[in-house]
Amino acid sequence: MAATQEEIVAGLADIVNEIAGIPVEDVQLDKSFTDDLDVDSLSMVEVVVAAEERFDVKIPDEDVKNLKTVGDATDYILKHQG
Amino acid sequence: MAKLKPSKGAPYARILGVGGYRPTRVVPNEVILEKIDSSDEWIRSRSGIETRHWASDEETVAAMSIEASGKAVADAGISVEQIGGVIVSTVSHFKQTPAVATEIADRLGTRKAAAFDISAGCAGFGYGLTLAKGMVVEGSAEYVLVIGVERLSDLTDLEDRATAFLFGDGAGAVVVGPAQEPAIGPTVWGSEGDKSETIKQTVPWTDYRSGEVAKFPAITQEGQAVFRWAVFEMAKVAQQALDAAGITADELDVFIPHQANERIIDSMVKTLKLPGHVTVARDVRTTGNTSAASIPLAMERLLATGEAKSGDTALVIGFGAGLVYAATVVTLP
Repeated sequence: MAATQEEIVAGLADIVNEIAGIPVEDVQLDKSFTDDLDVDSLSMVEVVVAAEERFDVKIPDEDVKNLKTVGDATDYILKHQG
Repeated sequence: MAKLKPSKGAPYARILGVGGYRPTRVVPNEVILEKIDSSDEWIRSRSGIETRHWASDEETVAAMSIEASGKAVADAGISVEQIGGVIVSTVSHFKQTPAVATEIADRLGTRKAAAFDISAGCAGFGYGLTLAKGMVVEGSAEYVLVIGVERLSDLTDLEDRATAFLFGDGAGAVVVGPAQEPAIGPTVWGSEGDKSETIKQTVPWTDYRSGEVAKFPAITQEGQAVFRWAVFEMAKVAQQALDAAGITADELDVFIPHQANERIIDSMVKTLKLPGHVTVARDVRTTGNTSAASIPLAMERLLATGEAKSGDTALVIGFGAGLVYAATVVTLP
């Protein structure tokens, strides 16, 4: 069953917490991965791969650079999830 | 039809000795920062690299190879005359022909050993090792030198903040010879030419010669794409190499991945779920990324510092421009 926006944000929060050690409550739709959450370009790849597995979605390399905020990633997953 | 004699080789092959050469000049991040807008902290956090070695004019591909090879031959306890094959993997020897391997074989003092260069980027050591094993087992050479050597400082764009800090120079060599027990496992290797744009030389030499481009060619890469492939696809290849050798990660003593970037190494260790007792090579911190040389250099350092010991079981995996990869399990010399 497709995940809701809330479930995706919660899932991303878990992933970002696991990879970058950021508290889950800090992971909000308007937060920038790089500027607010200390997720650099390489950690972002780890976040993306973990999100792919969790939400059954493919996020190609060329799309990763467009995912600036948690909201961008959530929208992308909502639109493309299997 | 005439009946041919079969070739006669050793039952198995193993790495008998390893040697390394790092250029005298140590280059800290501060020197890199003279040309790019970055910081020591940024470089360390993205790559783990603190220093690298840059070769002088005298530290040529051949000169560094000869130094490393001499140590490997001594470590193997054989004489140079017993070497029947010299395989050199490099992408930074700037004379297309003849192969630098022939000069190395001659200056080392081999007896007209078969000698050739291969081009397999950062997987070059694994490719060479696989060929050497084949030669020893098939019988065309009793002892084979496998050399990974690079002067990547010559192919570095010092104004590119994404790659200027990555590369280093050096040579690593091993002697492969006969064994009574398997000591080099099956190689899991391959190529993905559809991803050739991911890591590449900026322009062909001919474009530079014709003046079409003013800047000397350099190595460039798509960082995120390389990272994803290196960590997640190569972890699968590494696991396949363990499976092919018939061992589990628990039986592993040492992990020597290509020293591309410490972040890749960290993520690979995590993805592979390597047990805590496995010693992980992190030579990249002080040697940088030396492409084909990185695995034998890291192997030599682990043995020299006592972090690894002779007889340990090590997983080695190289991956890079091509894209190409090669992974195998070896018994350390």
